[in-house]
Amino acid sequence: MQINNLLKSLMIALPMFTLAACSSTEDSGAGVQEQGVETLNGGDQGLSADEQMRQKYEALRQDNTIYFGFDQDAIDGQYTELLQAHANFLREHNTIKVLVEGHTDERGTPEYNIALGERRAKAVAKYLQNLGVDATQLSVVSYGEEKPADASHSEDAFSKNRRAVLVY
Amino acid sequence: MKRIVGLLMVWLLTSQNAFAELQILVTGGVDSGRPVAIPQFKWAGGTQLPEDVANVISSDLMRSGKFAPLARTQMPQSPTTAAEITYPVWANMGIEAMVVGHIEPAGANQYKVTFELVDVLKGKNGGADAVLDSRVATVPGKQLRQYAHRISDIVYERLTGERGAFLTRISYISFNHGAQYPYQLMMADYDGYNERVLLRSREPLMSPSWSPDGRKLAYVSFEKRRASIYIQDLYSQSRSLVASYPGINGAPEWSPDGRKLALVLSKDGQPDVYILDVGSRQLTRVTSERSIDTEPSWTPDGRGLVFTSERGGKPQIYRVDLATGATQRVTWEGDMNLAASMSPDGKSLVMVSRVQGQYRIARQDLESGAVYVLSQASSDKSPSVAPNGSMIIYSTVYQGKQGLALVSADGRFKANLPSTTGEVRAPAWSPFLN
Repeated sequence: MQINNLLKSLMIALPMFTLAACSSTEDSGAGVQEQGVETLNGGDQGLSADEQMRQKYEALRQDNTIYFGFDQDAIDGQYTELLQAHANFLREHNTIKVLVEGHTDERGTPEYNIALGERRAKAVAKYLQNLGVDATQLSVVSYGEEKPADASHSEDAFSKNRRAVLVY
Repeated sequence: MKRIVGLLMVWLLTSQNAFAELQILVTGGVDSGRPVAIPQFKWAGGTQLPEDVANVISSDLMRSGKFAPLARTQMPQSPTTAAEITYPVWANMGIEAMVVGHIEPAGANQYKVTFELVDVLKGKNGGADAVLDSRVATVPGKQLRQYAHRISDIVYERLTGERGAFLTRISYISFNHGAQYPYQLMMADYDGYNERVLLRSREPLMSPSWSPDGRKLAYVSFEKRRASIYIQDLYSQSRSLVASYPGINGAPEWSPDGRKLALVLSKDGQPDVYILDVGSRQLTRVTSERSIDTEPSWTPDGRGLVFTSERGGKPQIYRVDLATGATQRVTWEGDMNLAASMSPDGKSLVMVSRVQGQYRIARQDLESGAVYVLSQASSDKSPSVAPNGSMIIYSTVYQGKQGLALVSADGRFKANLPSTTGEVRAPAWSPFLN
């Protein structure tokens, strides 16, 4: 009788799930697959072609964020070089895939910001395609306002959060 | 036979610590409601009562915006039955109604609660009909708070003619930057008490939506490293994936008949509104403009949707008749309007309105077109209306952190519900649960 009361007083049997989804902020092995000899500039450093490629790859992984104005998805001219570098890399290594993440600042509403984030990510993906990158190498995801780079709610934070990120 | 539990670890959660993670900080307008008084219920036991029942009732009535409960310190006497009330004293203070009661122990962790709802004016005039309602009930200790909410419902309904919503719940997302599982899907009583964790994830969770029977939540999860929509049953332990199309899967909203979800997909080129039949998984496309269409919400009769669209330039609210496809714009004020839902009586639209760069919660009377701004901060969003239309919960930034806030539909009562840990967002008010 007491057990029934206990169960009744629980009212809801609540499952609490913990999602063990694998989440890594590291890339998951977008390794270098390229075989054969590369002719690259900058051979004066005396590095092997593979080493130069890896350095280039590392440099791109560091410089991979495009920032946007408030409510905008237009790509500012200051990112031309950055995007050209990524496009060149992707064209030279056409088995490598890149994910373009779209993000917004927190103003507005969460679901509208998902849509705006996707517009930004697609704008960058389109830009890369126009530079000759194959569509099969590009994928897009929008996180809207859900994954801010700076979670502090200040104007400064807002400008850091309006971004597209190229993730290898 | 040993059952092997898979990747998902499942725990049965009991009601957590009595102390709420969400606090309530009243910020405005308690003086303009109908004056009532709920003196402390007399407690005949030796140990401490698990709940101050009169205080719970008082707080409930205050939050509806319709009542101004008298502070305990200002009460001229402490009656516990109608017979003990000295009516002229209360009537002179302008008190319209009172709730008086007493509680006695009734066995192992059981409490016998007696209360009377009294009309002060009728009492002053010596009418025998002064007692509007009176009940006795025996409840276990764990349900004492819930029973106090039940008394609030009874009192509210008797005094306003409307159904009370004090036994309802809210669902929301809790975010703890830097925690191992930063995103948690939560549920609590509408006032923030009895908070429980339903799901923890390393990746974002968004947009919880209650089924009309109050038994399931639909929500967006990024656990697959992209957006997908899940339905989780709060009573059984099942969780099912219902939408994982390429691109956006977002903004799920249960239909009033509980059979469909309105949602947003971008698989066909841009974000558009679709309807998914939950049983058959059949998908029907509702919008197909080359602009963003998002944030669908059902009309109370289930025959239409209101949604946000940029088809006219900036985001505004549109309404579509699902049978004919006829679509018309509904909002005309402010630079943009977003996240609209209809009040349960179908007469108002509650939404986020941007005016001069400030995002506020607003209510638009659909007949007159008049818009009332209900909140004051600059980044308010995610409004959700109580099932009786009396209160709205939403997300705001308070003291530098994202938290919830409550405003009564008439704008009179305001309170912040900041979390003591982390940040809170995306509240969704449950349907009636009793």
